[in-house]
Amino acid sequence: MGGVAVNAESSGRVKVGIIGPGNIGSDLMYKVRRSKYLEMGMMAGIVESEGIRRAASMGVPVSTEGVKAVAETEGIKIAFDATSAAAHVKFNGPALKKAGIISIDLTPAALGPYCVPSVNLDKLKAEPDINMVTCGGQATIPVIYAISRAAGAAYAEIVACISSKSAGPGTRANMDEFTETTAKGIELVGGADKGKAIIILNPAEPPLMMTNTIAVRVKDASVGIEKIRASIDQIVSELRSYVPGYHIRVPATLEGDRVTVIVQVEGQGDFLPSFSGNLDIINSAAVAAAERIAEGMLREGGAKQ
Amino acid sequence: MSKKVTFVDTTLRDGSHALKHAYTPSLVSDIAKGLDECGVPMIELSHGDGLGGSSFTYGFSKTDQFELLSAASKVIKNAALTVLLLPGIGTIEDLKRAQASGAKAVRVATHVTEADVSAQHIAAAKSLGLTAVGFLMMVHMADPSRIAEEAAKMESYGADYINLADSAGYLLPEGVAERIEAVRSAVKIPIGWHSHNNLALAMANSLAAVRAGATYVDGTLRGLGAGAGNMQIEVFAGILQRLGYDTGLNFYGLMDLAEKAVEPIMLRPQTVDNGSLMLGYAGVYSSFLLHVYAAAEKYGIEPRDILVELGRRKMVGGQEDMIIDVAYGLKNASA
Repeated sequence: MGGVAVNAESSGRVKVGIIGPGNIGSDLMYKVRRSKYLEMGMMAGIVESEGIRRAASMGVPVSTEGVKAVAETEGIKIAFDATSAAAHVKFNGPALKKAGIISIDLTPAALGPYCVPSVNLDKLKAEPDINMVTCGGQATIPVIYAISRAAGAAYAEIVACISSKSAGPGTRANMDEFTETTAKGIELVGGADKGKAIIILNPAEPPLMMTNTIAVRVKDASVGIEKIRASIDQIVSELRSYVPGYHIRVPATLEGDRVTVIVQVEGQGDFLPSFSGNLDIINSAAVAAAERIAEGMLREGGAKQ
Repeated sequence: MSKKVTFVDTTLRDGSHALKHAYTPSLVSDIAKGLDECGVPMIELSHGDGLGGSSFTYGFSKTDQFELLSAASKVIKNAALTVLLLPGIGTIEDLKRAQASGAKAVRVATHVTEADVSAQHIAAAKSLGLTAVGFLMMVHMADPSRIAEEAAKMESYGADYINLADSAGYLLPEGVAERIEAVRSAVKIPIGWHSHNNLALAMANSLAAVRAGATYVDGTLRGLGAGAGNMQIEVFAGILQRLGYDTGLNFYGLMDLAEKAVEPIMLRPQTVDNGSLMLGYAGVYSSFLLHVYAAAEKYGIEPRDILVELGRRKMVGGQEDMIIDVAYGLKNASA
């Protein structure tokens, strides 16, 4: 990647763009504005919308020219894609790559490798396009990884329950994308030989917090539950550094070779309500990934100056 | 002209819960062959929780789902071999493999208020040339007008008929009739009914559904199914025959099949035991029952307390994982 040592000179922050001013994009914007390493360079959509107006009213540069506007804005180094898998594959991914902007892809397109910050962010720093798996993946893969590094994982299964109100039209129109992408993430990042994901929408009022049940068939149960729990606790404390509302509801139990854990994710309530822990965790993970990349850029930029 | 009702047998699907998903190719082949010979037009076969249901959470299938479908498909001559698919559990990929194993129809099931998650799967089924049924579960949890809206969505996705399921066995006959009538006035396609016998009303509710205009009914041999079981199909065949309906079924043949092929494999009598009664009373998804008994034993608590709490939390179909959560919470609360 060529060019200036970021635009770190003035603000000490890296400029980012967000493509897709819907619920996800708007919540991302709130998180970016809170960041020590990032600042909003552009909120881009393809039509006038409430999200565009909201961003403009907060003093963020906006455009209805989509990815083109982000690619042409001076100084943007990282862009979040909160549109759809099809748009990321066809337009946004290639255009960002061409402009030398790192993509953080929140769609299930998965052009680039899966990123779950508490597990594999360090390995992905140099990638031009990283994919955030799914909300269910962000909530469960760290725990599966923790179990698999302690005792091996022949099979891992998750049941993600989210409230009907926090499942947007994109999720509803494509349930298979969720189950298939999450299962693949469980294998590739979680380290399970075989992964399976189930998603349930629950319409109860008041809306339920996102809850995830993780069940793993371990390869070596003789490791014992204490070591497995310690491994989980370590990763959960790391996760909580970017998702403070993450906690264990039912601590890990071991029956035969089956380990079961239940976790709950309460959102930070930035733009979306706190029961939308599913959306909060994928956005928090995306921002954590961007911050780590930005931190590296700033350090590098600082050294060059 | 006699009135016509189409029977859908789900012994090999809902019955799978009662057998803890232990069907084998030879059992499946005996039952499917018998049902086909008795004139049952639709034979549903899947894991109890549908395609892809084999899991820690719902119980692992003893035999691979596609192997069971192939075994049934080989012996069926006239019936449509049917599968159940819950979006979020099963996928279109599973459906394609089911079709390759002989499935001709799919029932795409969602919670009663979440019909829009079925659009993708109903459309895929139609483009594969399968019969597609929109299946709304837990219909006691929504009022008739909301159910009518959700049914209309499924019709708009291309469903061939709408099936309403009282998955918790909670409703009384009047509640069944008003739901069928509301859907009838909202859609042009036929309507079907699926009951559970948790309040000993499966038969009465099926009759109420048919009288309110349902033209498809679900049942199982000996009532084999989740909770207290389903509507006992051979009994309903007799009732409708007496009422002058055209069922196209061999009544004696169904009775014999129930006695010879199903009765000997039942793990427990399909009666309204206390847990089943509580499912119907509290409005809890019927397939939770055996998992609740297991958790109650593990945590040393009363199964009825778990069931009431599950009902209070408004858990929906597929949330069997929350049984452990509830049991753990109750255990800690009492400690």
